[in-house]
Order: sequence, then structure tokens, then C-alpha cells
Amino acid sequence: MSVHGPRTILPLLVENLTYEVDGEKLLGPLSLSVNRAEALAIIGPNGAGKSLLLRLCHGLIAPSGGTIRFASAAGSIAAPKRHAMVFQKPVMLRRSARENLIHACRAVGFSHSESLQRSGSALHRFGLASLADRPARLLSGGEQQRLAIARAAALDPEILFLDEPTAHLDPGATRQIEDMLITLKEQGMTLVFATHDLPQARRLAERVVFIHRGQVEEDNTASAFFAGPRSQSGKAFIAGDLLW
Amino acid sequence: MEFVSAFTTAIGMVADVDPALMAIIALSLRVTLSAVFLAALIGLPLGALLAVSRFPGRALLVVAINALMGLPPVVVGLAIYLMLSRSGPLGGLGWLFTPPAMILAQFVLVLPIVVALTRQSLEDLWGEYREHLLSLGQSGWQVVPTLLWEGRFSLATALLAGFGRASAEVGAVLIVGGNIAGYTRTMTTAIALETSKGDLPLALGLGLVLLLLTLVINAAAFGASRIGARFMGA
Repeated sequence: MSVHGPRTILPLLVENLTYEVDGEKLLGPLSLSVNRAEALAIIGPNGAGKSLLLRLCHGLIAPSGGTIRFASAAGSIAAPKRHAMVFQKPVMLRRSARENLIHACRAVGFSHSESLQRSGSALHRFGLASLADRPARLLSGGEQQRLAIARAAALDPEILFLDEPTAHLDPGATRQIEDMLITLKEQGMTLVFATHDLPQARRLAERVVFIHRGQVEEDNTASAFFAGPRSQSGKAFIAGDLLW
Repeated sequence: MEFVSAFTTAIGMVADVDPALMAIIALSLRVTLSAVFLAALIGLPLGALLAVSRFPGRALLVVAINALMGLPPVVVGLAIYLMLSRSGPLGGLGWLFTPPAMILAQFVLVLPIVVALTRQSLEDLWGEYREHLLSLGQSGWQVVPTLLWEGRFSLATALLAGFGRASAEVGAVLIVGGNIAGYTRTMTTAIALETSKGDLPLALGLGLVLLLLTLVINAAAFGASRIGARFMGA
């Protein structure tokens, strides 16, 4: 078992990943790869293991078996950490919006002056400069999630994991979040997001990995998957018939 | 009638800024604030570390620290008296019947309160921030400064509880301080002594000041938590 194994030319390569609790297998064995600068949607019903997979890849949980390997684009490592994560419910410190970004930058190892510069730049880039001095926890849910994405982007990760980033948001806020993600992708960031929002997966993803009961049931281009899934469970999921 | 007269005299003493009264108040504040400061210096990080750590025997340690919150002051006073007495392990310090001995006694009483309340408060906060901080690569002692700052409004209550315990305490400081006039006499030991002597005005005056102090400090802590909720979403 290894979390960061030898180099790979792919930004992320997962091989035979398993996760067990008290002998019960919750995920895997599962293998998948992520291509550079692609938007990959992890979809599946509730309890399929989408969030668990992202947490394993991001290193929040130790796998029971298998390997998770990250590679960096040669010469492009500006960030101390190669990957960042945005959670379903944004977690905001009891500080201003700007200080939340500065804290994250400092935590991963940037100097104070660079943290200030990165925070200001990220807030400006995503149209959040007017909220910079507002207490982050008093912002609306949509604003907090935009701030969480700006905070992750300020770290300049090569891969951004997002766990159902718009699950609690209204259509307007969802649209703003999706616009941010499209911007990040256009700038070359690799996006791996879990969602059960099929229209969102269709709008954002180039590739879809469909997970059911902890297993990859289908790994396909988004256009091919939505045109007609190969797997029976994928077909049932799209039709709204798939039960856990 | 005797009570009314004593009460009127007590208010007069406070209003006139009686020098004897002020000396006792100043020493009490010096001893208590020093003890709380030292307990905060050690107890806050210790409580935070306990909140984020998982190790065998942790539950037992938590129960023990919670139990220590109810330490009987006279027992603490006796233990410190024995340690500081000439034949004790700390006898060489020469602290017995001095303010440092009183600070030490109050520190021992306040420390478990600060550690236990900090642990409880930051454990909830750690549940909220755990994944975010881990995702930034922080763990163990690295998260302690962040958690202490994030919990600053609720931790004010922990320090307040410690201050309350120390300022109201009489048994331990009496044993290790000796209640020497002008040197180790605090508000609580003076109240006990003056009441036994029948000098109610001074005892009542000190009691009033003690109550007022408690009220002011509670109001300040309440204000801090309201400000936190209003301006930081704490």
C-alpha cells in the first residue's frame, strides 16, 4: 500500500485502491487515471463511494490497499501541495474572507508576502474583492462556496478535487460556481468532481467515471456516457431506476 | 441596624479608596491574574493538543482532568504547603508565606479548569475544521494555533471560569500564604478574618468589590462572545 508512489506521467493514477472498515469493503478494488487539464466527473448514487474516493485521493483517509500516485508537469510546481479539495459544505474560519485565503496559503507553506499576493489575486480573479474584508462565515452559502474555490485556487494546485460543490446551492449560485470551474479548467487545472447532478456533469465534464457499490462500473467520455451508457447500472442510473 | 451601618461604612470605604482596602485588592488581583495567565499559557495549548490527539488512555486522561476541576482547595493548599516547607522538595525556593506560593496554589487549581474547558470547546471546533485543516496538510500540533484563534471567543469563558475559581478561593491561599497583613492578605482571606473578628464594614467592602469584579469580568466575557457572534459568525 502506498499513497505517494513513484512518478507517473499522468497527474493522478489510482491502482487497485481499496478501503475497508472492520473487514467490510466500502470501496474497490478500483483503478482509474486522470488526464492532465481534464474535467472528470465521478458520478453515482448516494453511498456509491464518490466522496470516499476523493478523500482517499486527497490523502484525508489512508487506503486499506492499492496505490495513489501523483505526477507534476515538469517545471510547473509552484505550489507546495499538488492537489487541493473543496467540500460540499464550505468550511470557513472565523475571520474575514481575505484572511481565510491567507491562512490557507500560509498553511501550505507560502511566505507571508506571497500569501498576501495570492489571496488578493484570487479574490480579484473570481470577482470576490468586494467581499474581502467581510467575515467569511456571515457570507451566503453561494458566496462561501465561491470563496472556498477561490481559496483552493490560490494554492495553485495541479488537481482540484470537489465533493458535490453545488449540492446545497440555488441555480444562480450553481451557475456562478460552474463558471469558476470552467475558468480554472481553461487555465489548465485538472478538475475531479463528485456529483449526482447529471446535467452538471454533462455541462462540465469531458470524462465520466460511474461508480456503484464502491466499484467503477463505467469509465467513458461524457458525450458517450450520456448518449448511452455501456453498463446496465449506468443505464439504470441515468433513467433514475438505480437503487443501492 | 448593625448590618445597615456596616454596609454604609463599607460603601464609604470603597468610595474613599481606603488604602488598606486597595492594597488587599491589588494583591488579590496580582495573585489571581498571574495564576490565570500562567494557567492559560500552559493550559490552552495543552487542552488544544488533547482535543486533536488520539492515543491509548486518552479517555482516562480526559476523565482525570475533568475530575481535577473539583480539586478541594484546602487539599491543594496542604500539598503545596508540604512541598514548599523547609523540608519539602521545593523548600529551597523560600516561597512559603509569600505571594509566589499563593500564585502556585491558584495555578494548580485553575490549570485543570482551563485544560478541560479548552479541550471540550476545541474538540467541537476540531470536528468542524478537521477535514479542511488536514486538506491543507496540517495535523497534530500544527493545528493548535489555528484552533486556539478560532475558539478565542469561547475560550474567554474558560479563562473566566478559571478566574472565578481563583478569585473566590480562600482555603489554599490561606494555608500557603498565611494571611499576613500587608503582604499575603487577599480579599477572600481578609473577608474570612474580618468576619471572625466582627469587623463587618471591611469584610462587606471587600465582598462588594469582589462581586463587582466578577460582574465586570463576566460582562466583558459576555460582550466578547456577542461581538464574536455578531462580527465573525462565531
